[in-house]
Amino acid sequence: MSILKTENVVMQFGGVVAVDSLNIEVNEGEIVALIGPNGAGKTTAFNCITGVYIPTSGRVLFEDQNITGKSPDKITKLGIARTFQNIRLFKDLTVMENVLIAKHLHVNYNFLSATLRLPKALYGERQMKNECEELLERLGLTAVKNEISSSLPYGMQRHLEIARALATNPKLLLLDEPAAGMNPHETDELTAFIKTVKDDYHLTVFMIEHHMDLVMEISDRIYVLDFGQTIAKGTPDEIQNNDRVIQAYLGVQEDA
Amino acid sequence: MTMATFMQQLTNGISLGSLYALIAIGYTMVYGILRLINFAHGDIVMMAAYFAFFGIAVFHIPWYITFLAVVLLTALLGIVVERTAYRTLRDAPRTSILISAIGVSFLLENLATYLFSGIPKAFPEFKFMTTPFSVGGVLIQPLVVVVPVVTILLLFVLLFIINKTRLGMAMRAVSKDYETARLMGIEINGVISATFGIGSGLAAVGALMWGMKYSSIQPLMGVMPGLKCFIAAVIGGIGNIKGAVLGGFILGLAEILLVAFLPSLTGYRDAIAFIILIIILLFRPMGILGEKQTDKV
Amino acid sequence: MGNSVNASGANQKSNRMKYVRIGILLVVVLIFVFIADITVNSYVRRILNLCAIYTILGLSMNLVNGFTGLFSLGQAGFMAVGAYCVAVFTVPVESRAAMFYLVPQNPAIANLELPFVVALLLGGFVSAFFAFLIGFPVLRLKGDYLAIATLGFSEIIRIVFTNTQTITNGALGIKGIPTINRLWWTFGIAILVVIFMFLLINSTYGRAFKAIREDEIAAEAMGISLFKHKVLSFTISGFLAGIGGGLFAALLGTVDPKQFYFTLTYNFLLIIVLGGMGSISGTIISAFIVTAGLEWLRLLDEPHAIFGWNVPLFRPGLRMVVFSILLMAIVLFWSRGLMGNQELSWEYVKKVPDKVRNAFRIKSAKGGAAK
Repeated sequence: MSILKTENVVMQFGGVVAVDSLNIEVNEGEIVALIGPNGAGKTTAFNCITGVYIPTSGRVLFEDQNITGKSPDKITKLGIARTFQNIRLFKDLTVMENVLIAKHLHVNYNFLSATLRLPKALYGERQMKNECEELLERLGLTAVKNEISSSLPYGMQRHLEIARALATNPKLLLLDEPAAGMNPHETDELTAFIKTVKDDYHLTVFMIEHHMDLVMEISDRIYVLDFGQTIAKGTPDEIQNNDRVIQAYLGVQEDA
Repeated sequence: MTMATFMQQLTNGISLGSLYALIAIGYTMVYGILRLINFAHGDIVMMAAYFAFFGIAVFHIPWYITFLAVVLLTALLGIVVERTAYRTLRDAPRTSILISAIGVSFLLENLATYLFSGIPKAFPEFKFMTTPFSVGGVLIQPLVVVVPVVTILLLFVLLFIINKTRLGMAMRAVSKDYETARLMGIEINGVISATFGIGSGLAAVGALMWGMKYSSIQPLMGVMPGLKCFIAAVIGGIGNIKGAVLGGFILGLAEILLVAFLPSLTGYRDAIAFIILIIILLFRPMGILGEKQTDKV
Repeated sequence: MGNSVNASGANQKSNRMKYVRIGILLVVVLIFVFIADITVNSYVRRILNLCAIYTILGLSMNLVNGFTGLFSLGQAGFMAVGAYCVAVFTVPVESRAAMFYLVPQNPAIANLELPFVVALLLGGFVSAFFAFLIGFPVLRLKGDYLAIATLGFSEIIRIVFTNTQTITNGALGIKGIPTINRLWWTFGIAILVVIFMFLLINSTYGRAFKAIREDEIAAEAMGISLFKHKVLSFTISGFLAGIGGGLFAALLGTVDPKQFYFTLTYNFLLIIVLGGMGSISGTIISAFIVTAGLEWLRLLDEPHAIFGWNVPLFRPGLRMVVFSILLMAIVLFWSRGLMGNQELSWEYVKKVPDKVRNAFRIKSAKGGAAK
């Protein structure tokens, strides 16, 4: 069953068409990758799905519900969480606070109960903390939970971003270049990490990635974008042997 | 209301509007380059008025020399303000720069109060500018005609500088993309100084005409015009020089016409600019001539 | 597992210690207020009252600017709302007719006199309501635009109060407001506000505010509604500013629109910049330093003679020049202020000697290298 579907999504900035009639379908339980050269419109596509941009035309469907034009916070509430290409942690706050903030959307008491520490709020806060402790434990971040997030090593910041996204209790997780800036060893670790997380939390994963080893290893299906156009889709094997994909990537290499 | 009074009010509106426009250009130029509201701009206008007062009324220097000196001195003041209060904070959080700008503004106001006292001073009179003449039953001060003419002339000079000279090209480059301009070898600090200099010089011209028009100057005289001219710049589309002029005219006309047609609301004269600002920001935040910008994620 | 049990046990113990320390601190403050209340003269009492009021206003401004990361300059306007509520409703009915001699007071309120507490709370709520209404259009804006728009609304409020003569007596202002002389009103409310702020900031809503300050896009992606939380923060801030303004009116005994000129907001700006954007304890310390300092600086405005020679430097206006230079100096050279976004805690105090030592060590090391 498809959990996420985009129908002819177009995103234009002035005269520039960043994404042109994007048709993507992600099924429940899959890991789907979105690849393509730099500037192909991958992150723009993510931004259209998560509500950061409102598509110029087309529709985005999540669990068969039209979410086009909804604000990012509403879309997150429905069950889509994301990470960012250029890590966007709450830099001055601790690891624990970062994760707790992502739990805020489930809070069902108002600010007065929270401030006056009424029983409902106390209970909610304790439960929230327990859930976060457990999450950090499972993701191996317990040791650093009281550290300021920007003081963590780079790899751990990436983990924390995923932890924070998971804290929103998503059904669909969007990862924007989770392995960016990682060495092969770290990338291998991340590959295993994504798999475990996906199974443990019964997620569907949709990710943008440049590390082909990672992509080919864990993706069920792959979409390839170039200059805003979808130039290929299929299983890792099909993509590896696709002429247009090879051309697009080689073309980039020639330019470089 | 007769046709004559209407024409009278209309010319007043245009005249006030072109004063706003001159000052608004300074805001829009600085914003275009540094993305900063130069809160002190209105107070630079006030300082220019005092320079002129001292030149003519205290030191008895001929007015044409004084005027030239005032423009140069004010341009220098603008450059000094940028060097001391903004340059050191170039890479600081935006809040810090904004607070620094507020600080400079407040400092200039308090300095003027301290040095020149808070008591209003009479700006030197220019009879040939203020003695009205009659056109078809409408009494018009020469000043009312001179102000828009000067504004339009200066606008053309400025557009020439920006579009046809090397300095102008550098300014446009810096305002499009600060970092890239720096990497391309443009001497950023020089361009920014020039921007502050030109903006402040125009403000000085505005101040001279302001002084002639209202004939009384005091340390807080720059505050309200300062805020209104910033609003004018926003209405026209901040960063856009023609927009600033357009915004200035709109604001000047709106203000005069409100007073003329709805005299009972005269007390709200200073509020109208803010009301227009809020409406513009809600429905067309990029201003009338501005371009839409998208945040990069 | 055993490890974590130990850790949580230690946690509980340190929590208990924390409450004990807070309790002790509270008692010390109350004793201080009690002693000050019976010993100090009326001049010092007035300054202490002002310190407490500025603490409230500083916290109100820091909630929006320091904790939620919105640059708002509307403080003076919200203060005015609270101040006028207290002024209009607590002035004795019999003295009103003489005061409203240009335009008589609106008959609907001419005979309405409320107890101080009721008027004060009313001021808080009306101000919060104004903040809520203004917040709707304005809080979509960012950075400089928000600053100008809030400043604009603050001025509009002032202009409206100048023109609604039947309620506010216009530019003439309202005199003869029953004044508060004891310290208990201001300090009592200031203490409540401080406690409220600590609880709010350390609640899940406070964390949401901080998330918005740190990164709006990330906060929104975590499901936090920017608009809802910005309006919430702004409204609470408006409430506190209204309360502060009400106390201000009751301290001075008179209000007129000129008092609430937008430069009044700069006082609180200095307080939060000096204390640290996003620090409650910093705001408190700084409110006292700034308020007392501004009083002390008054001596700059008076003539002084050295060896019989009258120094021409000292004359009215110098105080405000120094004030604005201080504001700039702090932003230019010491932008974190006293506390940055940290709180003054026992742990923080314990580290201070180390910090001082380190600072000297670095300096002496530098000096050594220079030699």
